[in-house]
This record gives sequence, structure tokens and C-alpha cells, in this order.
Amino acid sequence: MIKVIDLYKSFEQLHVLKGVNFQVAPREVVCVIGPSGSGKSTLLRCINKLEEANSGHIYIDGKELTNPKTDINLIRQQVGMVFQLFNLFPHKSTLENITLAPIKIKELSKASADKLALELLGKVGLTDKAHVYPNKLSGGQKQRVAIARALAMQPKVMLFDEPTSSLDPEMVGEVLAVMKDLAIEGMTMVVVTHEMGFAREVGHRVVFMDDGVIVEEGTPQEIFDNPKNPRTKAFLSKVL
Amino acid sequence: MPLVEIFGLGIFDSITSQRGYAVVIESFPYFLGGAGYTIALTFLSLSMGMVLGLFLGLGKLSANRILYFLSTAFIDFFRGTPLFVQIFLLYFGVLPLFYDNDPISSAIIALGLNSAAYIGEIVRAGIQAVDPGQQEAARSLGMNQRQAMTYVILPQAFKIVIPPMINEFIALLKDSSLVSAITVPELMHRGDLVFANTYQATWIFASIAVIYFVITKTISTIGDKVERRLATD
Repeated sequence: MIKVIDLYKSFEQLHVLKGVNFQVAPREVVCVIGPSGSGKSTLLRCINKLEEANSGHIYIDGKELTNPKTDINLIRQQVGMVFQLFNLFPHKSTLENITLAPIKIKELSKASADKLALELLGKVGLTDKAHVYPNKLSGGQKQRVAIARALAMQPKVMLFDEPTSSLDPEMVGEVLAVMKDLAIEGMTMVVVTHEMGFAREVGHRVVFMDDGVIVEEGTPQEIFDNPKNPRTKAFLSKVL
Repeated sequence: MPLVEIFGLGIFDSITSQRGYAVVIESFPYFLGGAGYTIALTFLSLSMGMVLGLFLGLGKLSANRILYFLSTAFIDFFRGTPLFVQIFLLYFGVLPLFYDNDPISSAIIALGLNSAAYIGEIVRAGIQAVDPGQQEAARSLGMNQRQAMTYVILPQAFKIVIPPMINEFIALLKDSSLVSAITVPELMHRGDLVFANTYQATWIFASIAVIYFVITKTISTIGDKVERRLATD
């Protein structure tokens, strides 16, 4: 589903990704962990071209993202993204946040977009918040709406960029629960996270990044119970 | 003549002058007609300034070097030279090359172009003040640049630019008094004409000032209301 080959990315003098090779199979849930500044968010942002790679190739569902001739907007419609800071549209109600892209891009009728949005709100447990504006929602509710908004484009892949890192601790669970449901339904997911419990429980594969490269990857059991690389061991000893 | 007569008693005389009072009462409908011109001029040039200013603001943010250069050059010129000079340059110099120009249309064009430069900067700043995460969210859903701008960025920028836009509105209304110099029959020009006939400077220009003030205060009050109504977050 996703294939990243020899990806390099730097900001000015700062080399963030130094040759990353990475693959995600359909229906797979991959959790990317690692210290701050290791390049995990940048990798995720490269996968839907919010950051432009300096070199290397990225394929989504067989189409090369890094080819300048590829219509990036078409690919992005198939790649949902959930941000650390939610980035809900503050001038739109919850329902409108979800229906905006389907109506404007897929030219769905308002009625069918509303129906789809209410279904998705049901899925994330927020049907009663349909006509509320984002400023009246808690952090956890905002993030669940953001997930519903991304799902409304019926993407083939969902990217999560530290979706619970800016939440109060008591709200982390509700967001992770929604993500777990998605994983069970068979959504292909790449989750950059500091929630080791989630990575262990829900992830099919865990990727440990440090200093711009993938240091070690494997099943959650391999990474958490029996890490081989000293850098993985050092990181896990600090966070677990 | 002793100084006290020029500065002291002279002012005292003119303030208490029965004649000055009579002149203002008599000319008041004439002044109000001028205020009508002032308001119409301001509205028309502000509309022109907003349309052109939106494009200038987008041009300043454009990745297209030509658009960026043109917008920047336009804004630099109209912000960097006096409006009074621009009015004369356009009325006597540039516009006659294009059509048989009259004072009123020339005034609207001069004021419109000048306010466009300021509004261009307001629009640019307003767009840049919208959280970049909004653009990312819109683009990540598959919207192209234009869709993200239209549905996500500009509606939010609109709210941000209301206070500076009200400022610009008020500044433009006051600056429109400068076109009295090219004989547009607006408020200041009419005050000038009555002054030339009667020499009742204090009474005339004080009442002109009051009329300007009443209009600008009305605009800022309406602006405050609009701002409060749109404040959803």
C-alpha cells in the first residue's frame, strides 16, 4: 500500500531523514516510535507530501507520489491525515467540518454528505455534537471529529501524527479506542505515537526510528520484549 | 496690529460671531449634500480598493514571481508616495491619456488605487495570520490550493481583517477630503467654498469636522457590532 524507498529530507542544514526505507501492507497497522526529532513526523508528512522529499521515492497504492506529474490532490483524497493539533476548521460546525471536502471535492450532494457525516459521527460517538462548533468541544472530541473528517473521504490509508500528544490524559483513551476500532475494521494505518501501550496492543508492526533512520522494526513483541539494537533498548528503558 | 488682536481676541471674536453661526445654519444643507458626496466617494473607492486589494494580497503571497513583483511594486508606490500627489498625478497627468476625465471619477480611481495598496497589505497579513495547520488540513483532504483558499483560509482571514478594514474605511473617508483640491463637490470642498465667501473659518471648519466625526463614529460603531457578532471563537 505504501512503499518508501531511500527517502532523504533536510531542512536547510538539518538532515531529518537519512535514507528511510519503509513499507506498509494493506490492512496493516504500523506504529512508528522514537525520540523527538528522530524524523518520524517528517516521514509521515512526506507520505502525503505536506513535506517535499529531497530524494527518494514514495509510492501509494502503486502511484508514485514523488513523480512531479502525479496529481497530488487525487492521492491525498485516498490518504487521510490526523494531526497532533486537530486542525479542525473553526468557522464550520462539526458536521460541516466533515462534509466540506466530500461536497467540494467529490461533489457529493449535501443530503448524502450529511448522511455520511452522521454515520461517521456515530462511529466516533459524537452524534449529539453535529451542530456544535469546534470551540465548544473538548480536545478528545475534537480529535475524534478530525478522524471522522478524514474518514469522510473514504481513504485507503490513515496517517496519524501523534494524535494524542496534545490531549489531557483522561481524553487519550477515547481517541485510542476509536483508532483501535478502525484497526479492527481493517483500515491501513500508520501511527506516529508515544503511546507504547497502543503500539503493543493494536500495532501489527512497530518501527523504531532514531536520528533520521529506521533503527529496528518488528512485531510489538520483538520490539518491546526483546529489542536487539542498543538504541532501541535505551529508548524503551526511558519510556516504559 | 497687536498680537492679542490676531491670536487672542481674533479667535474670541470669531467664536462668538453671530455672523458665523448664521453662515453655518444657512450652509448646513449644502454641507450635508457634500457629506453625501463624501460617503458615496468613500464607498465606491473602498469597493474598488477591496476587490483590487484582495488580488494584491494574494499576489504578494503568490509563488508566481511576476504576480509577486507586480503586487509589490503597486503597493510600494501607492503606500510610499503621498495620496495628495497621487490625486494630482492621476487627475492632471495619467487619466487624461485614457479618457476625458472628470474630477469625480478621477477621485474615485485615485482613492480606490491608494486604498487597494493598504487593503492588499491587510489581506496578506490576514491570510498569514490563519494557522498554517488549516492549510495543511485542507490540503491533506485533497483540496487543491484554490479550494483550500476559498473554503478554509479566506473565510477565517475575513474575520481577522475586519478591525484593520474598519480602520482603513475611516482613514479613507477622512483622506477623501484631499480631493477637494480637484474640485470634487464633497464636504471639505464645500466648506472651502463657503469659507472663501464668508471668512468664517472657525464656525465653518468646526462644523465640517463635526460632520466628519459623526460619520466616522457611526462607521466604527457599526464595525464593533459586526466584529462582536462574528466572534464565534
